[in-house]
Amino acid sequence: MHNLSRQGLIAAAAVAALAAAGCAGGGQVEQKPDKPALFQPGSAIGYQKYGKDYPATTVKDVPGPCSYESISRKDYSGQTLKIITHAVPVIGEPTKLHAKQFEELTGAKVEVVNVPFGELHQKILTPLQAGQPAYDVMFYPSLWIGDMAPYLAPVPKEYLDTPGMKDVTKAFMGVATWNGTVVQYPVDGDRHYLKIRTDVLKDPKQQAAYKAATGRDLEVPKTWAEYAQVASFFTGKDFDGDGKPNFGSAEVTKRDDLMFSAFISRAAPYVKNPGVKGGVFFDVETMQPLINTPGFVRALDDMVKAKSAWPPGGANFGLGDEIFSFGGGQTLMSYSWDDAFIQAQQPDSRVRNKVEAAPLPGSDEVYNRTTKAWDKTPNQAPYFTWGWTSAVAKTARNQKMAFDYLCFFSNEANTALDLTIGRFGVNPYRNSHFDAAFWEKQGWDKDTAEAYVRTLSDMEKSTNRVFDLRVPGVNEYMSSLANGVAAALAGQKAPQQALDDVAREWTDITGQIGKDKVQAAYRNVVALEDNS
Amino acid sequence: MDGLRRHKSMFLLPGLLTLVLIIIFPLLFTIRVSFSGWNVSNPQMDFVGGANYVKMLHDSRFWASILRLGLLAGGTVLIQYVIGFGVALLVWRDLRGRRFWRVLFLIPMMTTPVVMAAIWQTIFHESLGPVNDLLGRLGLSPVHWLTGSGPALAALMTVEVWQWTPFMFLLLLAGLLSLPKEPFMAAAIDGAGVWRTFRKVTFPLMAPVSVSAIIIRLIEASKLSDSVYVLTSGGPGSSTESPGYYLYIRGLKEQQTGYGGALSLTYLVLMIVTLTVVAALLAKAFKVKGNA
Repeated sequence: MHNLSRQGLIAAAAVAALAAAGCAGGGQVEQKPDKPALFQPGSAIGYQKYGKDYPATTVKDVPGPCSYESISRKDYSGQTLKIITHAVPVIGEPTKLHAKQFEELTGAKVEVVNVPFGELHQKILTPLQAGQPAYDVMFYPSLWIGDMAPYLAPVPKEYLDTPGMKDVTKAFMGVATWNGTVVQYPVDGDRHYLKIRTDVLKDPKQQAAYKAATGRDLEVPKTWAEYAQVASFFTGKDFDGDGKPNFGSAEVTKRDDLMFSAFISRAAPYVKNPGVKGGVFFDVETMQPLINTPGFVRALDDMVKAKSAWPPGGANFGLGDEIFSFGGGQTLMSYSWDDAFIQAQQPDSRVRNKVEAAPLPGSDEVYNRTTKAWDKTPNQAPYFTWGWTSAVAKTARNQKMAFDYLCFFSNEANTALDLTIGRFGVNPYRNSHFDAAFWEKQGWDKDTAEAYVRTLSDMEKSTNRVFDLRVPGVNEYMSSLANGVAAALAGQKAPQQALDDVAREWTDITGQIGKDKVQAAYRNVVALEDNS
Repeated sequence: MDGLRRHKSMFLLPGLLTLVLIIIFPLLFTIRVSFSGWNVSNPQMDFVGGANYVKMLHDSRFWASILRLGLLAGGTVLIQYVIGFGVALLVWRDLRGRRFWRVLFLIPMMTTPVVMAAIWQTIFHESLGPVNDLLGRLGLSPVHWLTGSGPALAALMTVEVWQWTPFMFLLLLAGLLSLPKEPFMAAAIDGAGVWRTFRKVTFPLMAPVSVSAIIIRLIEASKLSDSVYVLTSGGPGSSTESPGYYLYIRGLKEQQTGYGGALSLTYLVLMIVTLTVVAALLAKAFKVKGNA
């Protein structure tokens, strides 16, 4: 009886061990030999067979290891790939679409879980920290790299050597890199820039009225002061003649809906001094927060004053509201992600080809935290805000399949099509994307296409850039910042007091996470900003 | 006999185990977590003593949200009670299409709170919503429903009242339908009018049901967070932040698990104490005998 029990226990233990080994991941799955390709090199690729919502545009499959032709040779039948991504449509829709295509091409089963933004961080990170192989592939905002990096599989050399990856801009390769290793697979490129209605800007009547009122020429604002003046002038005027008043500026102001990014856009030219190295958010050597220094306070002052040029409800605008307000023709200007601009340029948009992209406004002076004085020199500081990225978990059972999926997701044909669908949230991140002719083929006017490409590519050339605070606990830091900014906007605190409180909280957060840990991570950010 | 008793007590085990699994274990786990420094970059059950509780004592945002909840929960439940009682009285008596009205009044309660909050967000939209449009037609200025502190609180309370008055109505209607007929017949024989019958007969007889309904709604209202999340995200500033929403931010969004645990437990204790006191006071005010 005892022997039987012992044997039973041993058998149970063996089964459990096998099951655990199966679940633990990391083990390599046998690669099946290639099968005949389902596509010919250079085949026409389009999405229309997947639904009427997709454009009729077709592009050619570009030969290479990630092409339809190459991926369709792979045989992943009998294997399952688990993916977690954002809710549909932004990045969630292309994830699902390419998962379906990947299934058709390789025979793999792909399970996609779509999660709302507010829960994505926790849903990804918790299983990673527990060592559970919940998901093989993850799509998430690139600024979470500080939290995610320890659990990510480095992108293998064979994928780093693909033509598509070699074409990713230097800035976005930097965004994908952590401590010298590429751990994120670039699938999107984001930055904040200014969007403005050109039909109003170029209207002689409006130009004359503006000149008469302000004594200045009506042109794309080059500083936040000019932005405020233009926004203020057009607020309450019916500049599009639809019988309803229009407004100057739409901004992302909802506290828990990415407002922190809007604030950083406004602060960038005041705080990123090209002559001062060593951090924008912290002094990287001491880890003392700089969030309450005069540059940030000036930006918050500006933002509080800007309220008068916002449309009704503008103090509670999420990204969707901002896109709707500008894209719907309610406001003259806005500044945020590419998505808003691409949405405004969709074929059914009422402002299509009446909008222009331009660099974020700059400033006439920039704060120097070394001398503790304002340097009286014009300053521009592009903000490479977070965009979507992807990665493969170290615990992924079949990392090859996972990377093949991402390689396929971002192949030249898919990316070319994805870029044209505003709701997908996929924006230029390769050098080849900065081609005005491509956008003209989509029906954009020459001027609009050229201004867009010029704005984006000039940001790449800048050496005075601001990146997100890509450190562990970034959500906590940004939540604290958003709360402070919201308090000032609501009139609950003066800007200086609000940011002093944020600085105190940031010091606490740094202590709680560990100064050395945050400092080590922040050096990665500073290296990007200081081009070192 | 002892064996039989043991045998019988075995039948309690499934219930006890379920209780342990779904209530006691998570509670004990939360208590333990609240003494740890578990956060997004340190997912460990270490021991930091009472640090989280000390931090909480200085967390003015948390305490402000507790006070705000008093206003939100107390105010909305009171309004729900008054309207719910009124509507229940209306359909209690013979009324044409009584069944139809009863079902109609229940519809808001049957809808998903998050969906309804999203719809109300559109209704209160300051430039496109019908409320400001209507005010404009009446010659009134638009109201900053979601961007002004006072109006945002009013908007939030409106949604809560709209959504949960039917629940109050349902409980009170059930109470009214179960009342004995004799006291009303006696009142009629004595020549009592409608108001006097309500004041002297209906209302006192409904006291136990009223207390129960108010307490149940207060318990539910104390968890207010989904409509805050959708409607205002706690803004403008933090003027509509409820403890439930604040806990969500700290515990889930920022993944301050240890601190979130301390906040949760404190909140739980505060709610238990407050609601017990409120229940006792209500029972005394309504002169309810026994346990309400």
